Amino acid sequence: MSIPDDRRYLPSHEWHLVDDNGVCTIGITQFAADELTDITFVDLPEVGTAVTAGESFGEIESVKATSDLIAGVSGDIVEINEELAGDPSIVNSDPHEAGWMIRVKTNGDESDKLLDHREYLNQTGAG
Amino acid sequence: MLQTPLHGWHVDQGAKMVGFAGWSMPVSYGSVIDEHNACRSEGAIFDVSHMGRLRFSGPDAGRFLETVFTRPVTNLDDGQSRYGFITNEHGGIKDDVIVGRERDDYPVVVNASNRAKLLEHFETVKTTRGLNVKIDDRTAKTAMLALQGPAVIEKFADILPIDLDLRSLKRFRFETVSYMLMKFTVSRTGYTGEDGVEVTLPAKASALAMRGLSGPLKEWLRPAGLAARDTLRIEAAMPLYGHELDEDTDPITAGLGWACDLKQGFIGADALRASEPTHKIVGLELDGKRIARQGNPILANGNPIGTVTSGTMSPTLGRSIAMAKLELAHTEPGTVVAAAFKSGEVPATVVGLPFYKRA
Repeated sequence: MSIPDDRRYLPSHEWHLVDDNGVCTIGITQFAADELTDITFVDLPEVGTAVTAGESFGEIESVKATSDLIAGVSGDIVEINEELAGDPSIVNSDPHEAGWMIRVKTNGDESDKLLDHREYLNQTGAG
Repeated sequence: MLQTPLHGWHVDQGAKMVGFAGWSMPVSYGSVIDEHNACRSEGAIFDVSHMGRLRFSGPDAGRFLETVFTRPVTNLDDGQSRYGFITNEHGGIKDDVIVGRERDDYPVVVNASNRAKLLEHFETVKTTRGLNVKIDDRTAKTAMLALQGPAVIEKFADILPIDLDLRSLKRFRFETVSYMLMKFTVSRTGYTGEDGVEVTLPAKASALAMRGLSGPLKEWLRPAGLAARDTLRIEAAMPLYGHELDEDTDPITAGLGWACDLKQGFIGADALRASEPTHKIVGLELDGKRIARQGNPILANGNPIGTVTSGTMSPTLGRSIAMAKLELAHTEPGTVVAAAFKSGEVPATVVGLPFYKRA
């Protein structure tokens, strides 16, 4: 399992990648996708919805369980991954790229408060 | 955390291990759906060694069991077994169990999560009623493997190294056979909606058994974990303790009144005779892809009428299915209700159970 080192993480396994315009893309890690196994549904809010750091912005369902999706940054959703409605298994097959979930225009980037690559690996035991 | 004799084997197979009823158990070896489909199409093997295996003997063993168990046992044939309940004074379910008869002994399989509670209950009943019965907890000394799937009986019969005519073994029958100085019990019970067998063997023989199965494991028998076991049993509408069954639910509400002989004076029989159930466990099919989980409220016209006990995306049917305990007025098949989620309601239709029945 490879966890990319270009982004930040929450202990609840969401990754955050902020671009130069302060837009943060959020998804879940390979570790989380593997734990959930076959993902059957991703419940995402609409574009324009405000998200708050530390709070749930949606839910992800697998055959095994339903889990909250937590945001590590605050702001407004500017884009959601429409592909996931048709094929949620993309999150299993490519969680760090094609399986992204939402893009948030942040109110000032707070992502540096999140876990870095090493801290996240230590937490998952993969480091 | 307790480990089954197959713990090392699970780890070698790449299983994800989780805590379940005090045991470290495989939840999946990769894809739950692949494991589920293997069981429906050919064969899957489950380690069910965590389930409690008790053995009752002594002059009052039969009388004792007919005091704590909802069905007769003294009229069982040698090698026959019966599904039923251990109930409390109120008729609530302490556990669902399978009682067998082997000459004058009674082997009983109980749920892992209830074993300690039942042993305490049994000791109390034995003492207060002054019954001469010996209760032997054989859980740690033995292992139990369940092989389930449409190919199991035919293919397992071919490789079984013991003298047993598996094809003619009837449902709810078992046979004990000796092999290399050890005793093995093969029963035909099943809990996935598929045909299959359970093999109980000495703990020390389980490594040997897995070596014997290593060929079929590659060819037609797939290891499957707790998660697939759950999706399979929901499709077959088999109740699971802690979900459909608990001490506040009686067997009639659970739709399992057939497994109670009310003429027998078991603990809880009086309460069951007098009871007028207000709820019933039904099947639901949800619109769309959301999965209702245990605890999700079910609504009719916005009012709560019950709760989901189990739910999954059915790999066989490709639909979101659930079992729920609903007020009687809303349990007719075809009734449209709603499953409540944090983000809104999803329409659901009451359907007959089971969701899946093998051809």
